[in-house]
Amino acid sequence: MYQYTENDQKLVDERVAQFKRQTEQYLKGELTEDQFRALRLRNGVYVQTHAPLLRVAGPYGLLNSKQVRKLAHIAREYDKNYCHITTRQNIQFNWPKIEKVPEILAELASVQMHAIQTSGNCMRNTTSDHLAGVCIDEIEDPRPYCEIIRQWTTLHPEFDYLPRKFKIAVSGALHDRAATQFHDIGLHLVKNDSGEVGFRVIVGGGLGRTPIIGQVIKPFLEKKHILSYLEAILRIYNLFGRRDNKYKARIKILVKESGLAKFSAMVEKEWALLRDANELSAERIDAMRAEFAPPTYETEAIDNGEFEQHLSTDKAFATWIKYNTADHKVPGYKAAFISLKAPASPPGDITDVQLDVVADLADQFSFGEVRATHRQNLILADVKETDLFSLWQQLDALKLATPNIGTATDMICCPGLDFCSLANAGSIGVAKEINEALDDVDYIHDIGDLKINMSGCMNGCAHQSVGHIGILGVDKKGVEWYQITLGGSSENNAAIGERLGPAVAKDKITQAIVDILDVYVKIRLEDEAFLTTVNRVGIKPFKEQVYAIS
Amino acid sequence: MQLVKDKEIINNTWRFVSDEETLGAGDITVTLQRWKNDQHNLLAHQGKVGLRLSAADVVDDIAGDLKNIHLVELDFADFADGRLFSHAWLLRSRFDYLEEIRAIGHYLLDQVFYLSRVGVNAFSTEKATDLTQVLTNLNDFTVQYQRSVN
Repeated sequence: MYQYTENDQKLVDERVAQFKRQTEQYLKGELTEDQFRALRLRNGVYVQTHAPLLRVAGPYGLLNSKQVRKLAHIAREYDKNYCHITTRQNIQFNWPKIEKVPEILAELASVQMHAIQTSGNCMRNTTSDHLAGVCIDEIEDPRPYCEIIRQWTTLHPEFDYLPRKFKIAVSGALHDRAATQFHDIGLHLVKNDSGEVGFRVIVGGGLGRTPIIGQVIKPFLEKKHILSYLEAILRIYNLFGRRDNKYKARIKILVKESGLAKFSAMVEKEWALLRDANELSAERIDAMRAEFAPPTYETEAIDNGEFEQHLSTDKAFATWIKYNTADHKVPGYKAAFISLKAPASPPGDITDVQLDVVADLADQFSFGEVRATHRQNLILADVKETDLFSLWQQLDALKLATPNIGTATDMICCPGLDFCSLANAGSIGVAKEINEALDDVDYIHDIGDLKINMSGCMNGCAHQSVGHIGILGVDKKGVEWYQITLGGSSENNAAIGERLGPAVAKDKITQAIVDILDVYVKIRLEDEAFLTTVNRVGIKPFKEQVYAIS
Repeated sequence: MQLVKDKEIINNTWRFVSDEETLGAGDITVTLQRWKNDQHNLLAHQGKVGLRLSAADVVDDIAGDLKNIHLVELDFADFADGRLFSHAWLLRSRFDYLEEIRAIGHYLLDQVFYLSRVGVNAFSTEKATDLTQVLTNLNDFTVQYQRSVN
């Protein structure tokens, strides 16, 4: 994991000092609301329904145990004993006091963390595959490039006041777990015909009000050109992206309105003027790769029989292994998910007590590292199989071992009307109700791979348009209604969900989801996943059931 | 009126002439529109001529004229319009413009560090008391991650 140099530390410390001054000036009335808004957003501070919200950057989802303990401390001292993991691998606090934020940022800086550019119309936290470096289908570890991009984007003087927010995701595996086709720029490490690894560059994807699948602008870009190519795209976007209408200001609209060919020509022209003077040296890449060298795995970690024995004698443990662990490239190791989707708790929330234990477990079992995932869970990425039983027991004691990763109750959910000033409808309460209706764990496991994403408004923070089942809260004359979509996906087979029909009332949404799952169980072919069934039969059978006049 | 130039507070010697006004004497700045329409008179002007650019202006349009332009004012109608940051970068890095680039209008005092990095070397403020704040804010950061003009 990347460790700050003296310069990195200085930069975040100076940023804290700057924001402290800005906050003081605002509290004294020397900055207007509008002026301070732009500054606080660039330091992760939103003003929400009840209180400010502070979004802390989780650089491509990576955290160490010391940082996790600091998050626990902040949750305890400055918030209501919990925080929230977001779909972009960040961490949110829902109840900080605005005058305390500089102090919180100073606490974060003491463990090499910050909240720089986690909101506002600027380049945001670079996200990546939560299984980077350990998964079995990796072409190359994307994290060194994520860190190079993180540094390049941080306090970029030219591109901090863009037409709209700008998100970059990097994936290094065959299976796209970073939703790269739904980012402003998606980067995919790929091998060309001569076996050389470079980037496939995707541009103009995005969710929100107008979900659009990104298009390939460059099928193969040599690694040494990555920053100059990003700079070319950003300059074209900064100069030509629409600023007249914030709903048309994302790069996806510029790409769509210009057409990919014209947009690409503009980028190529700009890039030709930059490329040669801005190459990333092989030394720089190698030095960054060294920062992400694999930990010292035990070659003797192969199971001594104990793991297999627990699997065969303890059904609950075996179920947890099946759903909440992923294969690891090193024999004898697995990546273990920490489910933040226990039935009664809001999706993605974690308490200070749980955070402290997670930090201890990371130290004990996973080289002191923890990762945040897009689906609002955590992962210990490097756990020996022989340690999994003990890990599971300790997670289970804290309600962090619900065996539901990738299933119906592993829902992505935004804070909704309960916290967010943008929301039109509640989402946490609905998630809870759906969870209660899907109470039978065997049923959930029988349903299998299913991604339900629910957002409380059109902004789509919970990526509802790419959920296998998407739920979107809408406001109709002050009443909460829910729009359902089916068939979305953010993975390799990227697709935007199709609208099932008219929005359903709040007291009907849970039944609608149950109906959809019932139809699936009836019509699926053997071992056919939900998404495959929807793609095979279309929405009609589901629609007939949900809108049947009873 | 005073302003900050090259990290010092100095007196302003330039005057903006709107499209309707006569040019008058001394060092003047005009809009890009006027520069295009009235270049003959401007080149004969006794005194230096500068340009006031807005975010919507295209810097490439004046690339060939820069030798005759002795000041570029970047006029912020809205601090959130980041195009002017690219304009400054283009002037310095692409067109090797070496004379004064001045930020004017509604930029934020908290943007001066970024502005200086993309090549702005002078700052005009609404209130004279803000000039010292500009000098402070120019030193907000001593480290940086990426190349720019400065």
